[in-house]
Amino acid sequence: MFTLLLILIPVLTGILTLSFGGRNARLLALLGAVAELAVALVVWMQFDPVGGQQFGFKYDWIKSAGVTLGASIDGISMLLVLLTTFLTPLIVLSTFGHEYRNAPTFYSLILFMEAALVGVFTATDAFLFYLFFEAALIPVYFLSALWGGENRLKVTFKFFIYTIFGSLFMLVAFVYLYFQTPGTHTSEIAAFYNLQLDPAVQGWVFWGLFIAFAIKMPIFPFHTWQPDTYTESPTPATMLLAGIMLKMGVYGLIRLLLPIAPMALEDWGAVAIVLSVIGIVYGSIIAIKQRDMKRLVAYSSFAHVGLMSAGVFSTTLNGLQGALIQMLAHGINVVGMFFIVEIIFSRTRTRNLDQLGGITKNTPQLTVYFMILLLGSVALPLTNAFVGEFLLLAGVYQYNGWLGAVAGLTIILGAVYMLRLFQRSMFGPRTEVAEHFADLSLSERAVLIPLVAMVFWIGIYPSTFLSLTEPTVSQLLRFING
Amino acid sequence: MYPIVLLSVLGIVLLFLGFLKSKNILLPATLLFLALALGSNFIDWNQGPLLYFYGMFSVTNLTLAFNAIVLVSAFMIAAMTRGFQDDEEAQPAEYFAIMTFSLVGAFMMIGYEHLIMLFVGVEILSVAMYILTGSEKRNTLSNEASLKYFLMGSFATGIMIFGIALLYGATGTFTLTGIRGFVSAGPAAQSYIMYGGLLLLLIGMLFKVSAAPFHFWTPDVYDGAPSIFTTFMSTIVKTAGFAAIFRLMAHSFSGIYDFWWVTLAAITVLTLFVGNIVAVYQNSFKRMMAYSSISHAGYLLIALTALTEQTERSILFYSMAYSVATISAFGVLMLIAKEKSLDGRPNESYDAFNGLAKQNPLLAFVLTVSMLSLAGIPLTAGFWGKFFVFSSAADRGLMWMLVVAVLMSAVGIYYYFRVVIASYMKEGNTAKIRVAPFYQIVLVAATVITILFGLAPGFFEQLL
Repeated sequence: MFTLLLILIPVLTGILTLSFGGRNARLLALLGAVAELAVALVVWMQFDPVGGQQFGFKYDWIKSAGVTLGASIDGISMLLVLLTTFLTPLIVLSTFGHEYRNAPTFYSLILFMEAALVGVFTATDAFLFYLFFEAALIPVYFLSALWGGENRLKVTFKFFIYTIFGSLFMLVAFVYLYFQTPGTHTSEIAAFYNLQLDPAVQGWVFWGLFIAFAIKMPIFPFHTWQPDTYTESPTPATMLLAGIMLKMGVYGLIRLLLPIAPMALEDWGAVAIVLSVIGIVYGSIIAIKQRDMKRLVAYSSFAHVGLMSAGVFSTTLNGLQGALIQMLAHGINVVGMFFIVEIIFSRTRTRNLDQLGGITKNTPQLTVYFMILLLGSVALPLTNAFVGEFLLLAGVYQYNGWLGAVAGLTIILGAVYMLRLFQRSMFGPRTEVAEHFADLSLSERAVLIPLVAMVFWIGIYPSTFLSLTEPTVSQLLRFING
Repeated sequence: MYPIVLLSVLGIVLLFLGFLKSKNILLPATLLFLALALGSNFIDWNQGPLLYFYGMFSVTNLTLAFNAIVLVSAFMIAAMTRGFQDDEEAQPAEYFAIMTFSLVGAFMMIGYEHLIMLFVGVEILSVAMYILTGSEKRNTLSNEASLKYFLMGSFATGIMIFGIALLYGATGTFTLTGIRGFVSAGPAAQSYIMYGGLLLLLIGMLFKVSAAPFHFWTPDVYDGAPSIFTTFMSTIVKTAGFAAIFRLMAHSFSGIYDFWWVTLAAITVLTLFVGNIVAVYQNSFKRMMAYSSISHAGYLLIALTALTEQTERSILFYSMAYSVATISAFGVLMLIAKEKSLDGRPNESYDAFNGLAKQNPLLAFVLTVSMLSLAGIPLTAGFWGKFFVFSSAADRGLMWMLVVAVLMSAVGIYYYFRVVIASYMKEGNTAKIRVAPFYQIVLVAATVITILFGLAPGFFEQLL
């Protein structure tokens, strides 16, 4: 029943914020998000990694059709629920330095988004999964389209149509799978696992699901909506998109694509993994050439997610475990990076690297936090992304040595664009805009300290999280290979 | 049967009420009569299949449910007319009476057991629509629309009666059961006359629900007719029309599915393409809604083409979701068009919606929910409508048709969202629009129904 609670808390607090928020909307929203985090922590405390699906609920939804309203938590879900509930309060907190017009709507949309995300990560029924998958899109679309930058209308419209277009293919696949289930049909994901489909059919199902998730993540060449949307959206929406929503795609690959169409991987897995590796190199090279800080981080996110999907498609324990821990690490790093970009932008009114420089002189604190998050992003040992990237690269290498070598470029290229970002903005001669740059405020530190703490926690002692997912992932791999 | 008798009589009463000096009584009277008809509709509920009028008309729970959708839609539309008080030229008594009579035609189409009953029903509904389309007599567009509708409609009627005649010639019977018996007797007895008759009858019916390539009248007629009657046409005619086609195909001709499904599949795909692609290029919201109604005919045709056990329920749910969303969309359009009128003519372009949300958050929300539902976004009734329709296609193994339909729904999102974007994000100012309380109740009710069935589609099933 905890799962139901986890889905309902943000919905209810969201409605409260919308109705009675007024001037205190952000406090109410923060309270809701913190309550959600508290429940998630309680669930984590009681969670048994080898216990399979836990804390679930299941009701009939359309009784005669066998469609259920069910959700529960296993190792993979637990990790992503923790990520979502950990980041959302920080995202709410990160807006405290900024007055958003029509605040009750703004904050309630963030909470609705959280509910939908938790729903995606816990749903045990395919149609419910689809429903949450789409429902997550609507709040973030409005967040971006209403509070975004100049070109927001065009950009978010493209984003909206592009992603819905993709998920419709997933719906077709689900409807097909649903009619393959024996008896009076059921749409539970677990029933889809046992279908024993014909390999040719699995190929079709593979592509139906792959396009949906590839657009969401995004994987090359389905990424064209992403840099613009990340750049034009208001920073909290960008954080939600890059920090959490992108993980819906990776989660979908692990939860649905691999176990439902395992035989298709032999035919098409190579295509998927090559596309992912192209994305890594392509994204990194473009990131090096960027002047706009937000755009640079957007492309870096595109490159990182390529590595995650490559790891998933390697279908090795290392690859999958790496993808999971990297989802956590990337969520933390990218939210931190976007927040720092926002801090710099709010003080200098520019994100252009040519106009920035010399900020570090007045801001020892910002420099330190920025540096730690940055080193986390470039996967320095003892930081969070190192664990993930190491496992991912090991997984890809196991799949194919050459691909592993090309994917390994991510570490070098990542260091290039990230250090360039740091150097051009923080060091160098002090520019006009950095003249009166104030150091971090209390609320800003309140966001950055937990993030930095997590960078070290995952970097130094990743077993906390690896052991959480390991039993579920091993079981999944046994299922796929057996 | 009861609503047919009741509304035939009460329609005449409405005409006589028109002689009273005060026109204010007409709207409450109409609403009362519709409510009475809705109540009487359920007298036969759970009485099992019944035959009335010498076996020419049948009643089952599902036909009663279709009747209920038609009645509820009519109730909402009548409530939105506000008694035609704003229009000095209007003839409220006649309009309400004609609307009431047309419902009788719709009921006959929903429950016919005899092809003559179908024909009479179609004619009652169509003639009423010809008149209502031209009701704005000083507007040339309305006149043009009426004439066009009438000419094309009579032509289609001719084709339809020709088809019925051929069917009678081939089978020697007018009843659905009789034709079914003939069809199931095997190929030896079947002749080309029967096939020809079926196709002609089908063409006549498809014209009425504006399936491509018989859709050419739709945009002009929907655009030219007064918005309130466009709403009437696009909800009630469509629901009744699809119920009628379904009856024909499922009850009489399911035995020769292999013969007609290719034809219907081709028409379905063509309808989906025409409706969705052309809708993208419209600049008028009302004209877009005309093409959108064509595209929804396409989705409903998918369920017909698949013809599984679930088809009738799918059509029922889809018609309900579509009608409710269409009514609220037109409801908002009528308010905006009047508020933003140019040179005394209602402004129905997309631009009229710019900046709607600032002063009128409720209207913008109602509009958004109805657009989400028409586009088939989850958590709205429209999503489940599409879902059930797609499921029946998958059940029949028509995966390619499903892919076409999905691509076309993605196109649909584009044109439905243009108006949402206009009302929330484009610059513009619309003064606060005063909405009459009754009108507001209708809009809110439509939105609530859309969301309620979006959250709990199983609820609908339990009602049946």
